[in-house]
Amino acid sequence: MNDAAAQDILTIRGVTKRFSVGDGELEALAPVDLSIPTGEFVCMIGASGCGKSTLLRIIAGFEEPTTGNVAMYGKAITGPGSDRGMVFQDYALFPWMTVSQNVSFGPRQRQLPREEIAKTADEFVRMVGLERFADRYPNQLSGGMKQRVAIARVLANNASILLMDEPFGALDALTREQLQNELLQIWKRTGVTTIFVTHSVEEAVLLADRVLVMSAGPGRIDSDFRIDLPRPRDVSSPEFNALRRDIARRLTSHLALARA
Amino acid sequence: MSEHATTLAERALSDGAGRTPPGTAAADRRNHRQRLETLRAFVLGAGFPILLIVIWDRAVAITGTRLIPSPYQVAVMMYDFTFGGIYDDAFSGTILTHIFKSMQRVYGGFLLAALIGIPLGMMIGRIKVLRQLLDPTISLLRPIPVTAWLPLSMIFFGLGPNAAIFLVFLGAFYPILLNTIFGVRSIDPRLFEAASMLGCSGAKMFRQIVLPASLPAIFSGLRIAHGFAWILIVVGEMTGVPTGLGSVVMDGRTLSRTDLVITGMIVIGACGFITDRIIVAISNRLLSWSPQHRE
Repeated sequence: MNDAAAQDILTIRGVTKRFSVGDGELEALAPVDLSIPTGEFVCMIGASGCGKSTLLRIIAGFEEPTTGNVAMYGKAITGPGSDRGMVFQDYALFPWMTVSQNVSFGPRQRQLPREEIAKTADEFVRMVGLERFADRYPNQLSGGMKQRVAIARVLANNASILLMDEPFGALDALTREQLQNELLQIWKRTGVTTIFVTHSVEEAVLLADRVLVMSAGPGRIDSDFRIDLPRPRDVSSPEFNALRRDIARRLTSHLALARA
Repeated sequence: MSEHATTLAERALSDGAGRTPPGTAAADRRNHRQRLETLRAFVLGAGFPILLIVIWDRAVAITGTRLIPSPYQVAVMMYDFTFGGIYDDAFSGTILTHIFKSMQRVYGGFLLAALIGIPLGMMIGRIKVLRQLLDPTISLLRPIPVTAWLPLSMIFFGLGPNAAIFLVFLGAFYPILLNTIFGVRSIDPRLFEAASMLGCSGAKMFRQIVLPASLPAIFSGLRIAHGFAWILIVVGEMTGVPTGLGSVVMDGRTLSRTDLVITGMIVIGACGFITDRIIVAISNRLLSWSPQHRE
């Protein structure tokens, strides 16, 4: 994964974002520069208002940067595209479609042959362990199941970047832990580049190859931690806790500053 | 496969057999309570109209009025209207002709309103320029009572069924349009983002996201509009058409035959009730994914 020859899938150069708020302007992102190698698992962490979700939405193409540019394999991103898929905190599944219809939505847009669409849907529904629920509607599923569908929906669309905006924030602790493990399995199996926004230091250290700590006012990347612990990671190991403490310290130093 | 089925059936049987002795009393009590509940709903639902008919009957008898017929007289009229053989006048045994004519007009106007209102509402809901262009006009035209259009519609369409269809259309159009706009405006913007990142855009978005996502609101609009359509049929058929349930009511008034008027009213009510049930059944079927919109 850390092969020096690995090509960067995503390059962000001088990206800023300003929102107009009433008469004034809010500077959500100071110039951000970032390169992400193919296949890396990156976590972005920071207090509310640090612009992590904004940066994620710019990468997804839902927002345009005020200045700067984002490129995927050197090609500028101009809007949402099927090469990048977002998993939202509130799932954003299509409620009138069954699980397998949700998963096959992307392939259906590309007008693939019917058998191929069905095969893809089956494959990814099975990948997230929902084959028994393939014909259920989203409102008949638990939160954890819904988020599995959202992940399968992005992967079935052949996306090469998986963007996750606090995807497990609304889940209970047990379900969250289970989904974290499943996500790692899926990531290992597919090699999909993953950018994961979270509030939780533990979650970031558990999942990521690399943790970006962001700070607010205006949002920017404050520090870039590499997590080289072997997986599966032991949350009670001293190395794990040392990293967790370091990252938490970076995080809280900004909180103190922001409040001052 | 068949072996498996047998096992399941056997298990179900033995399960049932195993459960019956200890559970009998409780299960019986539950069944009993459920049956009582159904019976009560039926008695209350059917009992109230019967009570109204009894009050009507007594009121007519006590006051001795000749202006209002008794329920029995209306029942006789209803029989003659349906099967004929009692009065042998112009209305005997003509019920199906009138229902058929009225339905043509109700559904002509209603379907036209849906055919224009749903696509227009989806576009107004999604396209800001269109909203700015049409919203003030719609808000201005909407409060005008449909009956106020009667003179103009007779000038536009002459004395005939087209004027009736036009009035039904006007009455059905606004609820369909406004509910569709509301439905489209309240779609979670994340669904559009999700669809666009999965490769859906432009016109495909209307069919695949906007229409299904606003379907619950569209159906509540259709249901309100459908009710209005039946209400307006009497007004629509006042424009001088020879057949239709509305014209039967108007003829009854002209001839001072209140038994005929009330018979026409009851038939309109029954038609509206039955067709409303059909719409509810269709919407339950199409909206099975959304339990909060089920009845």
